[in-house]
Amino acid sequence: MSAVDLARELLDSIAEFGGHAGGDDVAHLEVHGNEVVGAHLVPGLDIETSEIEDGIEAHIAVEAGARLAKPVHMCFGLLPATGLQRIVMEVEVGEGASANVLAHCTFPNAVDVTHAMDARIDIAPGAEYRYFERHVHGPEGGVVVVPKAKVHLSEGARFSTEFELLKGRVGRMDIDYDVTCEAHAVLEMIARLIGRGDDRVVIHETGRLIGEYARAALQSHMALRDTAQAEVYNTISATAPYARGHVDCKEIVQDEAVAKAVPIVEVSDPRAHVTHEAAIGSVDSKQLQTIMSRGLDEDAAVELIIEGLLS
Amino acid sequence: MGVLEVNGVSLTLGDKRVLNDLSVDFWEGHIHAIIGPNGAGKSTLASVIMGLPGYTDIEGDVVLDGESLSNVPVDERARRGITLAWQEPARFEGLRVDRFIAAGAEDKSTGAVRDALEKVGLDPDKYMKRAVDKTLSGGERKRVELASILAMRPRIVLMDEPDSGIDVEALERIFAVLKEMKGHGATVILITHSMAVLEQAEHAFLMCNGRLLDKGSIDKISGYFEHRCIPCDHTNMPDDVEVADANIVAALAEAEPALGEAETDSAAGNGKDPA
Repeated sequence: MSAVDLARELLDSIAEFGGHAGGDDVAHLEVHGNEVVGAHLVPGLDIETSEIEDGIEAHIAVEAGARLAKPVHMCFGLLPATGLQRIVMEVEVGEGASANVLAHCTFPNAVDVTHAMDARIDIAPGAEYRYFERHVHGPEGGVVVVPKAKVHLSEGARFSTEFELLKGRVGRMDIDYDVTCEAHAVLEMIARLIGRGDDRVVIHETGRLIGEYARAALQSHMALRDTAQAEVYNTISATAPYARGHVDCKEIVQDEAVAKAVPIVEVSDPRAHVTHEAAIGSVDSKQLQTIMSRGLDEDAAVELIIEGLLS
Repeated sequence: MGVLEVNGVSLTLGDKRVLNDLSVDFWEGHIHAIIGPNGAGKSTLASVIMGLPGYTDIEGDVVLDGESLSNVPVDERARRGITLAWQEPARFEGLRVDRFIAAGAEDKSTGAVRDALEKVGLDPDKYMKRAVDKTLSGGERKRVELASILAMRPRIVLMDEPDSGIDVEALERIFAVLKEMKGHGATVILITHSMAVLEQAEHAFLMCNGRLLDKGSIDKISGYFEHRCIPCDHTNMPDDVEVADANIVAALAEAEPALGEAETDSAAGNGKDPA
């Protein structure tokens, strides 16, 4: 299949989830397996890629002061039922720059596919980087997803990441993000997903607030059913004055699903303040009864409540 | 015969008898108010009528259009036209106001949802995309819930303390919504401590200790409630109703002997006569 056809098929698989925007002023990158099948750059953005045996290495740079007006669209995926895709990514966001990335990872036919990402992200002083990653999986759950990232936020930098998997089966997922925040840096990490069948999810998210007035919010919202299992380890350590952090983990479990949330809060400066909340359980009965008293049956009411939780 | 009948309903929760042989009829297209001191069983009665879990194991029966609602679950009761506005509406993290209102609405269109919000005094442009969560005040959530009920166009609306957390201006809008629902032919059942809310009703029922003490015109019941039941010192002793009734008789007799005797006799009736 030609690169153009592969790109088209990848994008077709994510069309119902928004797909990619077009136009000369929209940067994009499409990677199938270890092949770059589409790319377009805009001023202020540089992406260099090289193929490796089982994936690609990508160096992404946003020039200092560049403020990319439109989101950069990225799509990583594998169309065959089996295979391995490894993405090794280095991201540098220059001082005062701003970039917004909308990434789709798509494995629509997966039966035995592994997708691994190793990222190193460096955000310079006053820069801002937003990364939204939506996964599109098939119904079989035959995907192993292992995204790992080390992120450094310089003074006054901002980093927000959202991970979403709401349609299709998770399969096996092991997320590990470790973020260090210098003074006045702001971190926000959100994970939203639905686990079904025998899906297994492990999330490690760590925010290290080492500079004064650094702030972090880690949020994990999940709905698990059937025999799915999830473990969420959210850690915020605050070692600098006036650092602020909050961990929020909410999980709805149904059927024989099992959820475990371990918020770890570590404060070593008395002027810092970190809070956490975790709620795991079945759907709240008052919420359920309220919706059912409007005439929705229990399944529809639960869907609506979960839709809100994961929005 | 009312559109909705509560026939000799008793309910025991734990070791407490919270409703005791209670019988009430509600008339189609009319606004009713149920008043009584805390612990009288008013909200419990609403939960029984709605068929909420934990409130279904009753003696007696709740009947809609001549048909027993025994074993009819909450959602089916709602589909038959009954709904409930909670005293303290639930919070739904992330669930948008427009989705919440449309969920049970007869007309799920954006226009209908906007219309419902406007009627309860909330600007649709500001509220449609907000979440029904802790970012809304209690009063705002209350109005969003009322909008959802208005959009549902139910036949029978149970409203538990509709004025709780609502400011005076918003209360006028809520009263207007009550009249609109009545205009649609809805039967409204208000549970309240508020004289202002009571005055919106056409029929009033006074409850104490899980029983119906009296019923009648608003003037009659409001005076009764204001003068005797607001400072009510009846202990909620439904396990020993005769003692409780004796306390009521004594309290009434002390305040106004002749009237007390007459009204207590009335309360001992089955409550089935038109109010």
